[in-house]
Amino acid sequence: MNTHARRAAAATTAVLTLALLATACGGSGGSGDSKSVTLVTHDSFAVSKSVLKDFEKRSGYKVHVLRGGDAGAAVNQAVLNKGNPQGDVFFGVDNTLLSRPLDQGVFTSYKAKGLDKVPQRLQADPDKHRVTPVDSGDVCVNYDRKWFADKKLDPPRTLEDLTEPRYKNLLVTEDAANSSPGLAFLLASVAESGEKGWQGYWKKLRRNGVEVAGSWEQAYYDRFTGSREGKGKGDKPLVVSYASSPPAEVMGVKNPPKEAPTGVAKGTCFQQTEYAGLLSGAKNPKGGKALLDFLLSKRFQEDLPLKMFVNPAREDARLPELFTKYGETVDKPATVPPEKIAEHREQWIKTWTSLTVK
Amino acid sequence: MDLAHREVAVDKEHDAAGRRTGRSGRGGLGGWARGGWGSWVRLGLMAGPVAFFAVFFGYPVAAIVGRGLREGGQWQLGRIGQVLSDPDILQVLWFTLWQAAASTALTLALALPGAYVFARFDFPGKRLLRAVVTVPFVLPTVVVGSAFLALAGRGGVLDAWWGVRLDTSVWAILLAHVFFNYAVVVRTVGGLWSQLDPRQEEAARVLGAGRLAAWRRVTLPALAPSVAAAALIVFLFTFTSFGVIQVLGGPRYATLEVEIYRQTATLLDLPTAAVLTLVQFAAVAALLAVHAWSLRKRETALSLVPAEHTARRPSGAGQWALLCSVLGVMVLLTVAPLLVLMVRAFDGPEGWGLAFFRALGAQQQDSATFVVAPVEAIGNSLAYAAVATAIALVVGGLAAAALTRRAGRLVRGLDALLMLPLGTSAVTVGFGFLVALDEPPLDLRSSWILVPLAQALVGVPFVIRTMLPVLRAVDVRLREAAAVLGASPLRAWGEVDFPLVRRALLVAAGFAFTVSLGEFGATVFIARPDTPTLPVAVARMLGRAGESNYGQAMALSTILMLVCAGVLLALERVRTDGQGEL
Repeated sequence: MNTHARRAAAATTAVLTLALLATACGGSGGSGDSKSVTLVTHDSFAVSKSVLKDFEKRSGYKVHVLRGGDAGAAVNQAVLNKGNPQGDVFFGVDNTLLSRPLDQGVFTSYKAKGLDKVPQRLQADPDKHRVTPVDSGDVCVNYDRKWFADKKLDPPRTLEDLTEPRYKNLLVTEDAANSSPGLAFLLASVAESGEKGWQGYWKKLRRNGVEVAGSWEQAYYDRFTGSREGKGKGDKPLVVSYASSPPAEVMGVKNPPKEAPTGVAKGTCFQQTEYAGLLSGAKNPKGGKALLDFLLSKRFQEDLPLKMFVNPAREDARLPELFTKYGETVDKPATVPPEKIAEHREQWIKTWTSLTVK
Repeated sequence: MDLAHREVAVDKEHDAAGRRTGRSGRGGLGGWARGGWGSWVRLGLMAGPVAFFAVFFGYPVAAIVGRGLREGGQWQLGRIGQVLSDPDILQVLWFTLWQAAASTALTLALALPGAYVFARFDFPGKRLLRAVVTVPFVLPTVVVGSAFLALAGRGGVLDAWWGVRLDTSVWAILLAHVFFNYAVVVRTVGGLWSQLDPRQEEAARVLGAGRLAAWRRVTLPALAPSVAAAALIVFLFTFTSFGVIQVLGGPRYATLEVEIYRQTATLLDLPTAAVLTLVQFAAVAALLAVHAWSLRKRETALSLVPAEHTARRPSGAGQWALLCSVLGVMVLLTVAPLLVLMVRAFDGPEGWGLAFFRALGAQQQDSATFVVAPVEAIGNSLAYAAVATAIALVVGGLAAAALTRRAGRLVRGLDALLMLPLGTSAVTVGFGFLVALDEPPLDLRSSWILVPLAQALVGVPFVIRTMLPVLRAVDVRLREAAAVLGASPLRAWGEVDFPLVRRALLVAAGFAFTVSLGEFGATVFIARPDTPTLPVAVARMLGRAGESNYGQAMALSTILMLVCAGVLLALERVRTDGQGEL
């Protein structure tokens, strides 16, 4: 019996020791020391190693990157941890999700160097500078050039076109509840047809045979006829994707074609802007500020396009040839103010789901 | 998984002990009830596991649920009624229920013949096949989902050959669930079946019963409890299904667990998520209670014989045909998706070869997607799983030791409590960790130890289920005899108990290890980017465009699969006596 008791005691001690050990280790990985700075972000964040190394060398800070799942999950974790954040800077909240962290006081003001080079239309918090625009991209309907050429059909250009009978059963979009381009496309229709009219638009789209896939990967790789990875197994020549998808189709191809195999319906676009901000309660605010400056520096901004397939926020950042040659510039992408999105998002998604899926 | 048949073994060994000692199979309280010490020791032993679960499971989950249901210091219990009368939520509940029922029925229908074949026939490669059909169970769901899409999705193998596509139908979900849980039925029911004395059925035949009648009257009643137990476990796992539905369900289908994820991670609607978490808790607790009740009901003496005496080579064309058709179904259902996955791993851009495997080892030149080469994920995974196994063995071993003697409701309740993590949404635990373990002395949010801790939570139930029956089977009188002969309690434990439980300990370690390797749901929230585990690395690659990324994901999955298969095969060797199921 005593043995049992002793074993129990020993084991309890072991568990406690483990916990303590864990606590001890916990400190070393975080940003407790002023020589390191921690960037909290989502899974899609990417940067060239050499660019990051440069920053570390110049600033003297070691950069830790913490990823918290997809963009939505990462933002929500930051909201839950407000005031006692996991790191110093958060990158990757877009205009469809921005209101929540702003209202909750997740970010604290800092005007990053180079902000004057960012066009006004991307600035979401021009007075307080709690968030800094880092990149933007457009969600647009993409079309398969070859498919439309073979059928001698003009590709659609506007949202209204998509409801025409000649484009019946050609479009696949994504679940607005779970996919960010899916939500952006829904928002494009809200911007176009208004808060009341968008439901009528989707009824027409549904009658015209719009298909809803579970994720962007499934829509683009499995259903879209124009994607290289899909290897021709798809059946829909129209897909909701990004304005940067055509250059992505050409990247790494041995004999680059004259134009990208896919095109963008410019009248269907919704602008997504991604922001970064200094987290309230950051352990190393000084390092965080340096990191924000870095995210807006020309070096990082020019590295962005080929890493994350988005456009730099800085006007003076040079685009890679891949973008200038194969990309298309969207002049007037649709937008909806973040407050409006925050107010109605859930209701819109619910209504949308009942209109399209059920 | 082996929650169930381990208990089958328990009861059986108990019976054996009862017969040997002349006590009833149910009793065995003898040595402990004598002094008041027994219960104290038990409580002492239980303190470790209970503390572990309180800190790393109860507290985080309570914190996140509390965050949802408390607003301004007031409990918002009205939310419960509100959420539960929402027609969308009701639809999710209904789908969760019926798909679990349908998956369970389908799994039983397809796997019971498999259980029979494993129990009654001897054939070459049996051990290997037994290990292979268990591999799906420990694979992460992202891998299973993509394997299924590669097989039955658009442009998959079946599509290319016969134009069969299941990508957005509910059949894909049901079949994936069969794929996952096939082994549960084969092992739970087959384990018992292999030890049922066939002579009983033969006796009934001799007495004039037809073949069907003999089976229905003799074998079926003996098997029914283990079939029920397997069904409950499959129901529990499919009821809480997440990854499979995420990948295969499309926008139409959502289970409770998927909805909890959506409400938490996407919408940050914590009140709704909290209510749904409570609903799932209630459902899982009810299932576990029914399970425990059915276990107690099952304590009837069965006439059992060693498995090797019941299995024989099939004879005659009929038996061979049966064997072949059952094995055919088994291969199609469980082996084909694994094979497709491996084929894709070797089908590189320049034809067949190891291109994708080599790419894994290469430091990704100019990207910080992986701060380390993907191949290092293997090392991380093994290290994490080893730590998780150690934690699970300590916690689970202590709990099993405390639960050894049949005891009152309190202890039985603790037993069920330790199984709750199996039925809890990973996002609840993951977000709970973030909310709860954020202040010194327990600011573990960015610590590596979180990963093995989360993995250990899932591993502990397996350790308990494996250790418990063996510990219970140790004859108290052996220990008493050792004491009489002058051995100290420690020595008695070392000389009597330890040799008997050593094998079970190994098996438990193996299972905790493979389950930890495959754990994905909670790990994905807490794994640090510089030290991804295998499943996390696979998921990250699947989420990035490009053929090379897809191929590398398949290559990593193949490695994960081979490691799991290796461990399981080793376990097959360890359990050489008829008793040890797993």
